[in-house]
Amino acid sequence: MSTTPELHRDDQASKIGMWFFLFTEMLLFGGLFIVYSIYRFRNAEAFHQAAHELSIPIGTINTIILLISSTTIAMSVTAIQKKDKKLALILLCTTIVLGLAFLVNKYFEWGAHLKEHIYPGSSVLALRGQGDVLFYGLYFFMTGLHALHIIIGLIFIAVITRMIYKDKLNSESYALHENSGLYWHLVDLIWIFLFPLFYLIT
Amino acid sequence: MNTQTGIVEPSFLEHKGKYTGIFSWIFSTDHKRIALLYLFSILSFFVVGATLGLLMKFELIAPGKTIMTPEAYNAFFTLHGIVMIFAVVIPGLPAVFGNFLLPIMIGAKDVAFPRLNLLSWYLYVAGVSLVLISQFAGQGPPDTGWTFYAPYSFRTAGNMLPAVFGAFVLGFSSILTGLNFLVTMHRMRAPGMTWLKMPLFPWTLYATGWVQLLATPIIGITLLMIVAERTLHIGFFDPTLGGDPLLYQHLFWTYSHPAVYIMILPAMGAISEIITTFAHKTIFGYKFMVVSALAIAFVGYFVWGHHMFTSGMSGTALYTFSLLTFLVAIPSAIKVFNWISTMHQGSLDLQTPFFWAAAFIFVFMVGGFSGLILGSLAANVHLHNTHFVVAHFHFIVFGGTGFAFFGAMHYWYPKITGRMYDTRWANIGLVLFFIGFITLYGPMFYLGFKGMPRRYYDYDEVFHAGNIISTMGSWVLYSGLAVIIINLFASLKGGIKAPADPWGGKTLEWTVPSPPPVENFDEIPVITKGPYDYQ
Repeated sequence: MSTTPELHRDDQASKIGMWFFLFTEMLLFGGLFIVYSIYRFRNAEAFHQAAHELSIPIGTINTIILLISSTTIAMSVTAIQKKDKKLALILLCTTIVLGLAFLVNKYFEWGAHLKEHIYPGSSVLALRGQGDVLFYGLYFFMTGLHALHIIIGLIFIAVITRMIYKDKLNSESYALHENSGLYWHLVDLIWIFLFPLFYLIT
Repeated sequence: MNTQTGIVEPSFLEHKGKYTGIFSWIFSTDHKRIALLYLFSILSFFVVGATLGLLMKFELIAPGKTIMTPEAYNAFFTLHGIVMIFAVVIPGLPAVFGNFLLPIMIGAKDVAFPRLNLLSWYLYVAGVSLVLISQFAGQGPPDTGWTFYAPYSFRTAGNMLPAVFGAFVLGFSSILTGLNFLVTMHRMRAPGMTWLKMPLFPWTLYATGWVQLLATPIIGITLLMIVAERTLHIGFFDPTLGGDPLLYQHLFWTYSHPAVYIMILPAMGAISEIITTFAHKTIFGYKFMVVSALAIAFVGYFVWGHHMFTSGMSGTALYTFSLLTFLVAIPSAIKVFNWISTMHQGSLDLQTPFFWAAAFIFVFMVGGFSGLILGSLAANVHLHNTHFVVAHFHFIVFGGTGFAFFGAMHYWYPKITGRMYDTRWANIGLVLFFIGFITLYGPMFYLGFKGMPRRYYDYDEVFHAGNIISTMGSWVLYSGLAVIIINLFASLKGGIKAPADPWGGKTLEWTVPSPPPVENFDEIPVITKGPYDYQ
C-alpha cells in the first residue's frame, strides 16, 4: 500500500502542478507588496531617505548574479535534454555557486546594518521615526523571506545535481529538473521586484 | 468489474501492501485510505470543538459565572474557532469526500500526486498538533478569537505563536490538497469525460481548488507577519510603530471570506449529487450549476470588506462591498432554485441522505437570508457585534457545511464501508440534530436583534430566557450528534452488506464495488453520456 500499485508518471501534470504552486508563491509575496505599497504611500519621504542607505552596487551585483544563475539553470535543462550530462552538472554547480555568492553578499549587507543597530525592534531605529521603522521592517522581512526561498531553491538544485550525477535524471525524465528551474526563475523574478522597491527608489 | 470476470479483487480495506497494521494506513498513498485518515482525524477534532461549544453554551445558561472563569471562556471560544474553522470545516468535505470520490467520479485510479496527498495529511496533523500544544505550553492559552486581530494578537500574554503557526501549516496543507485536485481534474479525467460531462461534486471541488490556491497564500503571509510582529516587533500592524491594525483586518478577510466558499462550495456539490440521485432525475440546469459554482468562487474574492463595515472604511468602499455582497447571493440562489426544480416531478426516494439535503436547503436559506440583512449597511451597524452574526455564521457554516457533511456521510457510507447503516437510528439522529440546531441558533437571531453582544462572557438579565432555550438546544444537538456517530460506528460491524449501487446513482462511483478495489477500476471507463443520465 505504500507504493502506488501501478507506476504512473505524467510529466505534464508535474509541470502544471509546479505552475500552480508558483501562483501561490506569487500571492504570498503579493501580500507583502501590498503592505509595502501602502506604507510607502503613507511615508513617501522617509522611505525615500532610508533607501539611500542601502548599497546600490551590492544590490546591482546581486541582481546580476541571480540573472546569470537563472540563465545557467535554464541552460542546464537544455544540456540534459541534449544528453550532455557533464555540461549539465557544470552548469548546475555554477548555479549553486552563484546562489551562495548571493547569500554571502546578503550576509555582509545585513551585517553592516546590524552593526549600526538598524534592525527591527532596535532602539536606534525607533528613534529615527515610524517611516524608517517600517522601511527596515519590510526590508528585513521581505529580503529575509526571499533569502529563505534562495536557500530552499539551492537545496532543490543540490538534490537535482546529485540525481543527475547518479543517472536518476536523464534526457528521458527531466521534469523534476525543469520544475526546480521554474522555481529558481520565480525566486529570481521576485528579486527583480525587490531590488527597485528597496534600492532604486531614491 | 468483479461480477463480470468472476475474480474477486480485494477491496482497498482488505488489500495487503508492504506495511501492516497502522502503518498500512499512515504510510498509504491510496487516496481512499488517506480520505479515511482525514475522516477520523476531522471527526475527532469536530467532537473536541463541539464539546467546547457545549461547555460555552452551558456557561451562558445564566448571567454571571456558571462553570468557568472569563479567561477560560475566552480561551474556549478561541480554540473552538481555530479547531472548527481551520481543522474541521475548511478541510472537511474536500479532504474526506473529495479525496475518496474525486478520482473515482472522474474515472481515475488515484489523484495526480499520491505522495503529495499523504504529505498534506501529515501537514494537517502537524498543524492541529501545534494549535493544541498552544493550549498547554507557555503562558496560557490564546485568547484572541480565531481571527487573531491585531494589535491584541501580539500584545496578549497568551501562547499565540504555536497557534498562529499551526494555522499557517494548516493553510499549507489546504493549498496542497487544492493543487492536487486541480491537476487531477486537468490531467486524469477518463477518456470521453469532457469538462461538461464531469459530475457536479468534482466541479465544485474544481472551483474550491482555485480558491484554496489563490486565497490561502494571503493568510499564510499575514500569519507569518503576526509571527514576525510578536518575535521581532517589526511594526506591520502596530500603531505605535506606524503600522495599521486595519490593514491586518483587510489581509485577514481577503483570505477568510473566500475561505467561507472553500467550506460551502463542496457542500453544494455534495447536495447536488444527493438530490439528483434521490429524485431519480437529471439535475436541473447542469450548466448553470457549473457556472454558478465558478461565479461564487470568483465574486467571493471581492466581498471581504463586509466583515469590516464597522471597522472604519470610506463610504465608497462601504457601498461597493455591500453591493458585491448582494451580488454573491445570486449564484447561491440559482443553486437553491435548481435543487428545488430537480425535485419537481422527480420520483423522490425518501432516504436519510435526502432528508439531510432537504434540511441543508432549509438552514442554508435561513443563513443566506440573514446574510443579506447583514450585508445591508444600515442593518449591519446595529447587528455587527451581536449574537445575530453568531447565528448567521453558524447557520451558514455549521448548517451549510455540517449538514452537507453528514448528508454526504450517509450518502457515500455504503460505498466507503461496504455496509448499510441502520436507517431508523440515522433518521432519529437527524431529527434530534435538526431540532437541536434550530433551538440552539434560532434564538440567537432574536437575542442579537435585541442587542446581546457576541463573544461576551456575561449578559444582562433581559437576555436570560433566550439563552436558556439556546443552551437546551445545544444539549439536543449534541445528543443527536452522538446518535448519528454511534449508529455509523455500530453499522460498521452490524450493517448488512451494501451492493455497488444501493441508491440508484448514476455517477461513476456507483459502478465500482462497495468498498472499491485498490485501483478503483479494472479498466478505465470510456464516457459517452452526461453524468446524470436518467432517461
